[in-house]
Amino acid sequence: MGKLSVNLCGTELENPIIPASGTFGFGYEFADIYDINCLGTFSFNGTREARFGNPTPRIAECPMGMINAVGLQNPGVEKVISEELPKLRKCFNKKVMANISGFSVEDYAYTGQKLDQEDIVGWLEVNISCPNVHGGGMTFGTDPDSAAEVVRAVKAVTTKPVIIKLTPNVTDIVSIAKACEAAGADGLSLINTMLGMRIDLKTKKPVIANKMGGYSGPAVFPVALRMVYQVANAVNIPVIGLGGVSTAENVIEMMLAGATAVQIGSANLIDPYICRDIIRDLPKVMEKYNIEKLSDIIGGVNNG
Amino acid sequence: MKKEKFVVVSNESLCSNVYKMVLSGDAQGITSCGQFVNIRLDGEYLRRPISVCDYDKDSLTIIYKVVGSGTEIMSRAKAGDEFDILIGLGNGYDISESGATPLLIGGGVGVPPLYNLAKTLIKNGKKVTVILGFNTADEVFYENEFKKLGADVIVTTVDGSYGKKGFVTQALPDSYSYFYTCGPEPMLKAVYKATSTSGQFSFEKRMGCGFGACMGCSCKTVTGYKRICKEGPVLRKEEILWES
Repeated sequence: MGKLSVNLCGTELENPIIPASGTFGFGYEFADIYDINCLGTFSFNGTREARFGNPTPRIAECPMGMINAVGLQNPGVEKVISEELPKLRKCFNKKVMANISGFSVEDYAYTGQKLDQEDIVGWLEVNISCPNVHGGGMTFGTDPDSAAEVVRAVKAVTTKPVIIKLTPNVTDIVSIAKACEAAGADGLSLINTMLGMRIDLKTKKPVIANKMGGYSGPAVFPVALRMVYQVANAVNIPVIGLGGVSTAENVIEMMLAGATAVQIGSANLIDPYICRDIIRDLPKVMEKYNIEKLSDIIGGVNNG
Repeated sequence: MKKEKFVVVSNESLCSNVYKMVLSGDAQGITSCGQFVNIRLDGEYLRRPISVCDYDKDSLTIIYKVVGSGTEIMSRAKAGDEFDILIGLGNGYDISESGATPLLIGGGVGVPPLYNLAKTLIKNGKKVTVILGFNTADEVFYENEFKKLGADVIVTTVDGSYGKKGFVTQALPDSYSYFYTCGPEPMLKAVYKATSTSGQFSFEKRMGCGFGACMGCSCKTVTGYKRICKEGPVLRKEEILWES
């Protein structure tokens, strides 16, 4: 066990750094410029059917961040398995995290069951920030019962650890987290993007074709940290912290708040080397703050 | 793709709101004319994608129009300022299909990426004709630069205040072997309809990363979904599906 290593739901990660789904593709663009085997793991997204996603423009500049309304573009789970995972195996020799999204409980179960068969998949990360088309379009992750239903459906089709990715667009994230834990979730990741909007003053139209999208980047880091802190204190399963993390210092802050591992999202889009550089920087930042082993500081915030 | 530090050598206004910036740095990561670079700017979160006007192994020239907060920051850059730039992005133009007498059609700030293309084609012994389209005389730039390369240059302005009156499509020569174009989408659509040969179109789209990771700039084509930043910005005429 190295001083950066952490244990995520029974699997040891060389370090806690995980590029977040939707910001790292299937890793190829990054594998072209550095050896992505330095990562703890990374997360890619897949859905039951192929998706183009939302109409463009679907990206907007924001203060200290960005809005995206990409809408889960991916080739569909069958092609992910037949085309993308074989290519990924050639440049990545660790377990990867499969982030699955769905628009019905059956979608989640179908996609989860397919990816459960793949050796390279180490964890299923379940994105519950999608509208339930059979539930009046309400987002699964904003209601404890709907969230729990998705957890049970995915748990029933896999033996791999199931990590539920929570949306911050709720009144009480702790109640959703607890419902997921009670339904059998093996871990939680938070936060997904915060719902946001921009308007172009010249055209007076929303910048994003879909009007609204998910706000991410350093601006949301304090909100993410607060939610990780609240959730980690309320559950007994590992929490992955994400939301605006851009530096080794941010990683340590997230872990002090209770994160076992940390995902890096938007920062990958601004600096494609960011994850490699954070992993490189961690030892000297740990030394600066007298941290011997990263796993020792999980939840170690000093509340006085 | 490479990430490099570039230093501003000069940054001057060419005409209303259009600036030319020359930068020095290792530009060997640029592998084809028609590629773009993505520039990090203090105070903005997303990088700004700008087409490459010209380059050699240790310099880079970009021409940009001030359209928002990012390009506004760029316009204030002074010699000696440093920028973190991702270079060698996108596929660029394929010059192998040009034939002997290629036609280059540029509109407004779609003109710059055609400059290095014209230079390369002429170096390869091609007889190049360039049509440069602008709205009005005050906006015309780079006519002489293209002439100095040895291209036949036709300038059009919509209001007729300079060159030929009308749109670029009203100035198409009778014959040409192939075409390359870059400009605003309505112009690209008009070029698509008015041209008689095959050709290549360079597109602009709002991007997140500029190197294929975020899927922000995807479009639908005859041959499937493509990322403008990665499989583009240049698409062949045969694969284009117009959205509206």
